[in-house]
Amino acid sequence: MLSNLFSQETLQKTWEVVSSQFLLALWETVYVTLLATFFAIVIGLPLGVLLVTGQKGGIRPLPKWLLRTLDVVVNLLRSIPFLILMILVIPLTRWIVGTSVGTTASIVPLVIAAFPFIARLVESSLREVDPNVIEMAQSLGASPWEIVCKVMLPESLPSLIANGTIAVTTVLGYSAMSGIIGGGGLGKIAINYGYYRYQYLIMLLAVLLLILLVQLLQGFGTGLAVRVDKRLKKKS
Amino acid sequence: MIEIKNVCRTFSTGGNSVEALKNVTLTVQDGDIYGIIGMSGAGKSTLIRCINMLERPDEGSVLLDGCDLSTLSEKELRRVRREITMVFQGFHLLMQKNCLKNVCFPLELSGVKKAEAEKRAMELLNMVGLQDKAYAYPSQLSGGQQQRVAIARALASKPKVLLCDEATSALDPTTTQSILQLIREINQTLGITVIVITHQMSVVESICNHVAILNEGRVVEEGKVSEIFSNPKSETAKKLVFPEKAEEMLATANQVENLVRVVFDGAETTCTPLIAHLALQEGIPANIFYASTKSIGGKVYGSMILSFASSEEAERAIAFLKKTENVIPTEVKTDAQ
Repeated sequence: MLSNLFSQETLQKTWEVVSSQFLLALWETVYVTLLATFFAIVIGLPLGVLLVTGQKGGIRPLPKWLLRTLDVVVNLLRSIPFLILMILVIPLTRWIVGTSVGTTASIVPLVIAAFPFIARLVESSLREVDPNVIEMAQSLGASPWEIVCKVMLPESLPSLIANGTIAVTTVLGYSAMSGIIGGGGLGKIAINYGYYRYQYLIMLLAVLLLILLVQLLQGFGTGLAVRVDKRLKKKS
Repeated sequence: MIEIKNVCRTFSTGGNSVEALKNVTLTVQDGDIYGIIGMSGAGKSTLIRCINMLERPDEGSVLLDGCDLSTLSEKELRRVRREITMVFQGFHLLMQKNCLKNVCFPLELSGVKKAEAEKRAMELLNMVGLQDKAYAYPSQLSGGQQQRVAIARALASKPKVLLCDEATSALDPTTTQSILQLIREINQTLGITVIVITHQMSVVESICNHVAILNEGRVVEEGKVSEIFSNPKSETAKKLVFPEKAEEMLATANQVENLVRVVFDGAETTCTPLIAHLALQEGIPANIFYASTKSIGGKVYGSMILSFASSEEAERAIAFLKKTENVIPTEVKTDAQ
């Protein structure tokens, strides 16, 4: 196997696949990851906010049964393995996208898998906000909505960005798995060529590209989180 | 005017209940600087939070200019809270916003336009002496500067009442004095009523006109600062007026008789050597047993304990010291007597 890994023939075949498919696959991966993360944030951010503000003693307590339900739903979705979840949500995918196969269709299970995760990340970011600062806002007559928008979210922005980076890279990892149900991207190439056709060099290159992507996203996210954090400003 | 009437507040945590406030009644007049002093756990913070309903009292009422705050809805309360703002021990600034934006925050909440809000915030920063730090972030400022920004923020909505919750407890003595000075200026120039919560008698001494002493959720003594100072009645008041050291010394001094406590309540004695005159003019030598006085704006505050050879000398000394304005001498009865 290793002896012919770098043979003339293998290299030639690999180059053909790389030049004809990698660019599209890279684009598909980025497109699926960003879109899925975006929709997951749209659902997960408000949910995370509710989990914090709605608790007993929070700025806008929810009825106990409702908070408990939200909590259970989040835990439930987070405990289903992604592979199983992809299959379970096929009817929903078909209803939303019209089909259950293909790159766009893989966004639906990704969103379902990522939003509870994002809700938990948002929850933990918001819990870092000093409760005294929230009391300060209340003492100045801020409403719960104003406290969320003008105090909790802006004050936890660096943490939200750092956690957002974790979310994006996790979704990227999940998206590679969606190659199994016909989703496109680098994951599909790695599985199809590497796992099904034993073309390990192609698999390695696809994985290498995924690693580079994660590095890039993580580096960018960490850098941004540090840059927006005004607590790190040096005394002049 | 703020009237606190029969306020009770009990906290219950899993079976245990703590009565933080027991039937507290106080009245604070407009334009006053009112101190509420007590040891840790006396209920001070709960009491100050009852004034702006961050804690709702279980019983009793809090009236601001005759309006009972405990009956207001959350929405009405939010409006009233702009008239009773608060300064905290830990400053509680928005760490991700610069000073200008921090001061703008309450104005933003009341819907003031951005340009107008920034103009007013600049004026306030100017007032607290930090106009050059407008675009600096809180992490770039010292504790005293952060508290100045917090004070500017508290004044932004033009409140009637300023609540200071241990506002100087996290600051060093010099910074404490400068912040107290600022609070006094605000009280005098803007006519804002100030309620100060503290555990330090020195804070009450330097800025308050009236004081209430809180112990285990009850007001044990209340009145003019000078009166409480010259004649503390309750145990708690005595403990606060005479720092522990003096108490210890008095306790060990049971063989010494003829002690006289001299309270300096803003006396103009900086130029007259009072104790020296007592010795030279009256021929009474005094032994300074304990002294803690400080001069603020040319006036002396604090107390001294003098001991004399005989009770006759002590009486004569009291008569002599009484002649000086704002010096209040009283005989001390030690436990042994």
